[in-house]
Amino acid sequence: MMQIRPILAALRRHKAATILIVLQIALTLAIVSNALFIVQTRIVHLSRPTGVDEAHLFVIKNEWVGKLDAAQVDAQMRADLATLRNLPGVRDAFASEAYPLGGGWGWLESIKWQPEEQRHQLAVIYFADEHAVATFGTTLMAGRNFHADEIGRIGLYDTAAPAVVIITRDLAQKLFPDGSALGRRVYLTGGPTTIIGIVDRLQGPYAGSTTRSIDDDQILVPAYLDDPARCDYLVRAQPGQLEAVMRAAPKALLALNRSRVINPDGGMIALTQARVQSYAGDRGVAIMMAVVCLMLLLATAGGIVGLSSFWVSQRRRQIGIRRALGATRRDILGYFQTENFLIVSGGIALGALLGVAANLTLMTYWELPRMPLGVLLLGAVLLWLLGQLAVLGPARRAAGVPPVEATRSL
Amino acid sequence: MLGYHFGLAVRSFRASKALTALIVVLMGCGVATCMVTWAVFRATAADPIPWKSSQLYVPQIDNFGPAHNYQGKPPDLLNYTDAVTLLQAHQARRQSLLYATRWSVVPDEQQRQPFSLPGDAVSSDFFAMFDVPFRYGSGWSAADDDRRTSVVVISSALNQQLFGGANSVGREITLDTHRYRVVGVLAEWNPSPRFFDVSSSGYPFSNPGQIYIPFSRAVDLQKSTSGSTVCSGDGSNPVTAGWDAFLRGECGWIDAWVELTTPADAEHYRQYLSNYAAEQQRLGRFAWAPNVRLRNVVQWLDAERVVPKASKLSLIISFSFLLICLVNAVGLLLARFMRRAPEIGVRRALGASRQAIYQQFLIEAATIGVAGGALGLALTCAGMQGVGLVFEPQIAELAHVDGSLMLATLLVAIAATVIAAFYPTWRAAQVQPAWQLKSNG
Repeated sequence: MMQIRPILAALRRHKAATILIVLQIALTLAIVSNALFIVQTRIVHLSRPTGVDEAHLFVIKNEWVGKLDAAQVDAQMRADLATLRNLPGVRDAFASEAYPLGGGWGWLESIKWQPEEQRHQLAVIYFADEHAVATFGTTLMAGRNFHADEIGRIGLYDTAAPAVVIITRDLAQKLFPDGSALGRRVYLTGGPTTIIGIVDRLQGPYAGSTTRSIDDDQILVPAYLDDPARCDYLVRAQPGQLEAVMRAAPKALLALNRSRVINPDGGMIALTQARVQSYAGDRGVAIMMAVVCLMLLLATAGGIVGLSSFWVSQRRRQIGIRRALGATRRDILGYFQTENFLIVSGGIALGALLGVAANLTLMTYWELPRMPLGVLLLGAVLLWLLGQLAVLGPARRAAGVPPVEATRSL
Repeated sequence: MLGYHFGLAVRSFRASKALTALIVVLMGCGVATCMVTWAVFRATAADPIPWKSSQLYVPQIDNFGPAHNYQGKPPDLLNYTDAVTLLQAHQARRQSLLYATRWSVVPDEQQRQPFSLPGDAVSSDFFAMFDVPFRYGSGWSAADDDRRTSVVVISSALNQQLFGGANSVGREITLDTHRYRVVGVLAEWNPSPRFFDVSSSGYPFSNPGQIYIPFSRAVDLQKSTSGSTVCSGDGSNPVTAGWDAFLRGECGWIDAWVELTTPADAEHYRQYLSNYAAEQQRLGRFAWAPNVRLRNVVQWLDAERVVPKASKLSLIISFSFLLICLVNAVGLLLARFMRRAPEIGVRRALGASRQAIYQQFLIEAATIGVAGGALGLALTCAGMQGVGLVFEPQIAELAHVDGSLMLATLLVAIAATVIAAFYPTWRAAQVQPAWQLKSNG
């Protein structure tokens, strides 16, 4: 803090260069803080657990050949499931129309507390049977599982009207914040239903949005969806058996009935693979932002090195005079470091404003939450450190200027 | 004189290698980042049918009403009633309906497994409207539409798979459980973005479907859409009562396209849509004033937000990066030029005009720009290999380096460096010869 006034006086002689570095630091902070924040939101988003036993689950995307009627589809699905459950290495299996990380918006349902109410809570349906909870590998936290005789049928153009449902903990909390969801009666589009069970975390099929709030709000509806076109079989393998089961399952199903399609490419997918595909976009954006951050910081460091070197070479004579008048090497080093600190601080002050403005703009155009100030602080600390590191080389060279320089001309 | 200034520039590079290299690297990186993201953006924001995009329109009719539509906008897709009315009205030069479907192809040989492929159910004008190229045969006629004939147009890939690439016109294939006569085989056709069924299929960067059958035949077969279905939330929809009720109901699931040659035709068609909606209001089906839209291809792709957000975001970020590199370069060029104040003083004293100084330093900047551009070009090519890490594979493979991109890389690098050099050059030209000579004498 010894020589702030002379530093400011010297900087006033180099207005243009100083303003340029301040501007550059400001822009860098504005972009780096926002980019780091985007990286952070994406990483949080793509590392969310689905709540299911991803390592041992896979999905068979079964398509029916020909126009089956609802009863035929239903019978065929039950036969398929019996076959799958009896395969060696299979822990459990059930049929649904969607699966976690599968993509698509899912089958949206609105839940009301009273039939005439306008107010409603949105949730996503998984069609399920008494094997669903065990297949997902999520835990039943309260209440009971479905009984086999509760599993109904629903046509593609029907409205779901089950007598009982199981819901996720998250949805239960939203419907009844006092924790009294179990056993309560609620109203679906198709009519009243009773909540008989609450499962722990279970993610919906759609994972694309970083701000959609109903990703953990699922209703398990005890029914087979008799879609004449297709159905998804979710199969949970025993530990170590996933690959063997994935090889055996389509063969077993085709042996049972040949009028079906399980496409060789993409007809089956392990949930670990679905996770990679589903979050490819998020990972891409995170990588891009991280690379840009790195390049930006390097560019800024390069700029600081360049300009500081120039200043040092311009001031060799003045440095020599100071040294001759008794300034130590440490004083010269300190001078350039303090100067750098002041410039970077100026840039950070301006950059913080720009960064917040950029974040507010991004919030309106992209799904981004408000940036916490901690990210700006992190960016600021990074830049301070970077500045000190970048100026170290030129400053040491300056400190190496011998006092005799004062007597020489340039 | 130019040659002399160029020579001076090269000489000065030798004198300050590190500073020059730093500026070249900065400009190279900045420009390459911009060019890579620009290549992706350009591919996703491209006009897929430039020669005709201003003549192809998507009509929209609000059958949901202000209480149930999204932000006052009519739904993207038409319901069956409106779609068929538009098709039969023949108010445009050509009109086509389509919806995305998925078919199981059952090979004739018993031992071969069935497989499934995406396709579209379209009406006969589709092929002429979108200038779809054929390898063999052609599309079907309007009479086939009316008679609901079992005809099919297949892609060349499917033709290769089923018939070994031979002319299969007149042969039959089995889709689901029905037989279809092949009337045409497409040549390679991959408009990108795939604009024509974007609102039904939802994803514009995959390959087009491989199977096209008449819309009327698909509806007859009660073939449900594999794309989006959006129903009005008014609660009165009979969608729960089977196929016929679904057709009558207020659910959007059909893409409609009309071809209108002149703007006057488009105005006329817009009026027709409005009149149709007003008539529906009089008949009591709509309880609201006509709310219709007619958008051409470019407007439609814009409304459907086809360009991925990640692409726009990366473009903004990379141009910000170039801006920072530019600011950086201004500072470094300033340092470079001012370091040579004594030299400028000597040159001025020996009679060089201010203009000559301007010329000298701008040429020096342009030379640095050329070097930056060359580095940028190499980095752009390298960066294109990494596009797959950031974007989905379907989008990554659309982006490519071509002549115009290479030219743009060089020009942007040179222009950016010269712009960055304006202020430092002006400062250099202000150097007072006498003062420099005196102080450094």
